[in-house]
Amino acid sequence: MKERGSWPLWEVFLRGRRGLAHQHVGSLHAPDWELAVQNARDLYTRRGEGVSIWVVESAVIHASDPDDGGPLFDPPADKVYRHPTFYEVPEDLKL
Amino acid sequence: MAGAAADPREAAFQASIDAERSVEPRDWMPERYRATLIRQIAQHAHSEIIGMQPEGNWITRAPSLRRKAILLAKVQDEAGHGLYLYSAAETLGVSRSELVEMLQTGRQKYSSIFNYPTLTWADVGTIGWLVDGAAITNQLALTKTSYGPYARAMVRICREESFHQRQGFELLAQLSRGTPAQRAMAQDAVDRWWWPSLMMFGPPDGSSPNSAQSMKWKIKRVSNDELRQRFVDMTVPQAQALGLTLPDPELNWNESSGHYDFGPIDWDEFAKVLNGDGPCNAERIRVRREADSGGAWVREAARAWAAKHSHPAAGDAA
Amino acid sequence: MSTDVVAASDLQVYALYLGDDCLILSHRLAELAAHAPEFEEDVALSNLALDLLGQARALLTYAGVVEAAGRDEDALAYGRDDREFHNLLLVEQPNFDFAHTIVRQLFFASYQLALYRRLEHSQDLTLAAVAAKGAKEASYHRDHARLWTVRLGDGTKESHSRMEAAVGFLWPFTGELFQPDPITQRLVAAGIAADPAALEPVWRAQIDQTFAEAGLGHPVELGIRQGGRSGLHSEHLGHLLSEMQHLHRSHPNASW
Repeated sequence: MKERGSWPLWEVFLRGRRGLAHQHVGSLHAPDWELAVQNARDLYTRRGEGVSIWVVESAVIHASDPDDGGPLFDPPADKVYRHPTFYEVPEDLKL
Repeated sequence: MAGAAADPREAAFQASIDAERSVEPRDWMPERYRATLIRQIAQHAHSEIIGMQPEGNWITRAPSLRRKAILLAKVQDEAGHGLYLYSAAETLGVSRSELVEMLQTGRQKYSSIFNYPTLTWADVGTIGWLVDGAAITNQLALTKTSYGPYARAMVRICREESFHQRQGFELLAQLSRGTPAQRAMAQDAVDRWWWPSLMMFGPPDGSSPNSAQSMKWKIKRVSNDELRQRFVDMTVPQAQALGLTLPDPELNWNESSGHYDFGPIDWDEFAKVLNGDGPCNAERIRVRREADSGGAWVREAARAWAAKHSHPAAGDAA
Repeated sequence: MSTDVVAASDLQVYALYLGDDCLILSHRLAELAAHAPEFEEDVALSNLALDLLGQARALLTYAGVVEAAGRDEDALAYGRDDREFHNLLLVEQPNFDFAHTIVRQLFFASYQLALYRRLEHSQDLTLAAVAAKGAKEASYHRDHARLWTVRLGDGTKESHSRMEAAVGFLWPFTGELFQPDPITQRLVAAGIAADPAALEPVWRAQIDQTFAEAGLGHPVELGIRQGGRSGLHSEHLGHLLSEMQHLHRSHPNASW
């Protein structure tokens, strides 16, 4: 296929308002980070959804393998002692 | 599908779907699930992109500055929604270049409604009211589709599009209570767009070849005919409120079914327009190709510049 | 407010100067909807057009209020002929290609940003409010144009030569941006308008810096084409208006 000359893909993260962490909102194409930030502003904050933008080139993101989901994420399931509700304390004390 | 049962992962996949777990990009999925989704999401994205043209046709002629701003914002939203959807399709391993190529060579379709021309200003309102109304009916059902990125794009799109249908209704309401010429313009537009809007939900369930499998995979949650009926039931009272007539003598409230009955849809016309013989098929693709090839030097220059200037870090993230 | 010491007609015309610039440039940008080089840029150009349209509406509305003859934003946008439009010649120039669009944006947004930053301190509170809001928008428009100017100027051989052609075509319209006229000068004296001549050094610094980064050059002297402020336009404006105004004028007394 003839190369159309699309730009690289970037992932966009927005801080909705001060005090919140940046959250992934989607992706877009841009030739470089400055235009990626600008495009993210135009595409993902048309209705005032954010006060800060991160862009990350999609190609540099490393992810866990979904097939390792069991080994990676199941073990904590039986470690109930990590949760405060595991412990019995007198109801009337503020603990 | 009988032969595909050979892969044991398929049963686990179906079980996961049946348990209402979202499918995410890096999960194993049957190739036909992937292919079906790519085709559907791409077609959806292409519809947003091509859909900019019939309405964009009136931006420079909008009869008031308020209407001009609304229309411009709406057409811009369509570009944005096309982008959300292209991104969702890209998570399935198809590139922007491939998607654009498939649109521009006709290998992937877009909603055939956009092959009809916008002849008067009332068409802008009618598209907002009927075409966006139909699209939202369809899209609301898709917010619960099984593929995570597609569902998330739909949630965002539905949230943003809620103004599209309302502005269309308001525009038509203004025409309908306006001068005789404005009123006639509104009725004429509704006469032309009503039947194509009903066709937007696709062929009847009995002759929709891929529907059963899509329902099983929960890509599709509600059948074509059921969505079409929802749309008709919702729209008839709105038409009455507008004082406009829907061009179907068989449109009647059916007490026993609790729905509106409507006349037969001309599926031959649907097939004809879908296969390229609509009034604007060639024009829509010509404009798209022209924009894309006309922009090639810009895309290339930006890539060349980026290659020349290795970027220092943007600064501390936080 | 010191509007009582200036002629209302001066203030009205000045609001039209600024408002017509926004209206006509917004129209040019809106023509590009669905025609941008990439979908992301389509969204960006629409944002610019919407910002300018918003400014145009505020300024035309104000011109109508000052005039006090019952004309609203639409009466002024749709009801005037080309000889009654006061926009700069620069903003009515056609898009031709993306290079022309970007150079026109760079020239105008840099000018408008300098203008609004002064006008924020105007004695006229309405103009000051429009300028305060508009300055943020113009600043973004300037950045958008600057990033693209640098990339296209220093991109490929083709993009560079297209940018040179666009600069060559649009430079002649730059002098008009800073040309004083009697109406503006009376309003400058009253602390209402921004002195156009004072904007030139700021504008030049911006253009020179951007052009240096882009590897582009321009003539030393500003261009000398002018006439827009007094209604003497290029042939392009008539066609733009005939498209923009046709439907509205075909239905006199209709509401939309």
